[in-house]
Amino acid sequence: MIEVRNLTKHFGTTVAVDDLSFDVSPGMVTGFLGPNGAGKSTTMRMIIGLDRPTSGNITVHGRAYVDLPAPLREVGALLDAGALHGGRRAYFHLLCLAQSNGIPGRRVDEVLDMVGLTDVARKRTGGFSLGMSQRLGIAAALLGDPPVLMFDEPVNGLDPEGIRWIRTLMRALAAQGRTVLVSSHLMSEMALTADHLIVIGRGRLIADSSVDDVIRASSGRAVLVRTPDAVALRARLENAGASVEARPDGAMMVQGLEAPAIGKLAAEGGTVLYELTPQEVSLEEAFMELTQDSVEFHAGAGPTNPVPSGVGGR
Amino acid sequence: MASTILQVPTTVIGPPPAAGYRPATFANAFLSEWTKIRTLRSTFFTLAATVAFVVGLGALISYESSVHFGPGNGTWDPTSTSLSGLVIGQLTIAVLGVLAITSEYSTGMIRTSLAAVPRRGRLLAAKAAVFGAVAVVTGELVSWVAFFVGQLMISGHQPTASLGQPDVARAVVGGGLYIALIGLMAVAAGTILRYTAAAITAVIGVLFVLPGVLEALPNSWRLPVEKYWPTGAGEQVLMVTRDANTLPAWLGFGELALFVAVLLALGYFLLQRRDAGGK
Repeated sequence: MIEVRNLTKHFGTTVAVDDLSFDVSPGMVTGFLGPNGAGKSTTMRMIIGLDRPTSGNITVHGRAYVDLPAPLREVGALLDAGALHGGRRAYFHLLCLAQSNGIPGRRVDEVLDMVGLTDVARKRTGGFSLGMSQRLGIAAALLGDPPVLMFDEPVNGLDPEGIRWIRTLMRALAAQGRTVLVSSHLMSEMALTADHLIVIGRGRLIADSSVDDVIRASSGRAVLVRTPDAVALRARLENAGASVEARPDGAMMVQGLEAPAIGKLAAEGGTVLYELTPQEVSLEEAFMELTQDSVEFHAGAGPTNPVPSGVGGR
Repeated sequence: MASTILQVPTTVIGPPPAAGYRPATFANAFLSEWTKIRTLRSTFFTLAATVAFVVGLGALISYESSVHFGPGNGTWDPTSTSLSGLVIGQLTIAVLGVLAITSEYSTGMIRTSLAAVPRRGRLLAAKAAVFGAVAVVTGELVSWVAFFVGQLMISGHQPTASLGQPDVARAVVGGGLYIALIGLMAVAAGTILRYTAAAITAVIGVLFVLPGVLEALPNSWRLPVEKYWPTGAGEQVLMVTRDANTLPAWLGFGELALFVAVLLALGYFLLQRRDAGGK
């Protein structure tokens, strides 16, 4: 259980996180979503005490991270796979972390085995591929067998096999009753792994609800209509208050009326329908709609909120 | 929910925070830092260089200066002559001290370290303690070896020193302690500045450059600054013959120790205040 309350972080004059409050509950994967630069990484760094909040507070199991008696046994975090010394061998990287929290050395072998790095345990991490570094970071997160886990953009740069491995792992960890918080700027990724979504933009909370609710709340539901008598039906639909967009292939995309209402109007006018298909709004579209006012840089529109470099997504 | 921020929740759903483990202690952090320092090649290289410089250079200088020493060269001090290599050895140990902290910043390891040991004072104390222990052991080792090797080189050319003579044992012990203290000064510089190049430059500035600049000052300014300059004062602990305008050996060493303690405190203050940062 992670509780974030009125969290605010300023970097100079830039507001990276703005009065953010949310809970992350156990037993499910919570997706932490937002466009690049929304404040996801900054928030996660504050949860484990790396960055100091300007104001507000965060607790894990009711305590500030710094007050946890052995933090790695309560929170495992992979925020940045590159946060290690490339000159140290993988085994010793994990060993020094284990020792700092009083975790027995044999656990190092266990987690190396779990992530499939046993064969390269004695290699210096500087030569690791991104995928291997990610696995090592996950091994480090699992060292203390913690009930809370956090991953920042864990699938970035991974090959399909690695991506699937991480998804399965996160689902399994949540199924064991653990609290799992995963950030991403990719909606499609979250659609596959998350049960619950916390969406932020420009440091502010945009949505905190289940994946289904986010889709349902989206206003963009449209119905695809195909008919040989488009002109007549279009007039009837527009009279009924719908907006109609003709597609090059002759079909129409209708917004503002549900499929049953459209079918009824067609029947009343004696219009033959070839197709009447409600369009599922993808999570991607719902996300775009939620965050369209809060993306940091709109393509072509110029910066709307210039941010000094080095603040966002590390 | 929002009104209960300040209260500890009475129920925790899901798996309880891993129960029944012992809280992590300073000893855990110390062991962890020991693993860190012994598993990097840079540690081996800088320590090997320290041994080579202090013992090798000490032997060379002992031989050369005992052969060429003549009237007009001042007072013959066979002890500090044999310890001459410490002047360079202090630099290699300082590089190790700087790297102990700045390599964590340059690689990003600092974020992993601070996530594991969020009590930053504990992390810095453990790091300084492990480095200090390594530096004292290395310092004493090279100081004693350099002393005996140096006396061998001197014998036959000039009078040698023996441990029974006044202040000789103090100077040899002091030599090891002195470079360990310079190493800790480097740890503090690394903590304050965070960048390897900046921290090493600062250490060289304090050790060599600024004392050199002092030469340009008029005597009325130069003499008191020279006398109390922290590293110069600390160096008195490895001298047997004492020049005018210097502090007594242990007093000078104490001044350097105080200076290093203040720098470490400043490093702690900054570490505590700043975001973890790193690459």
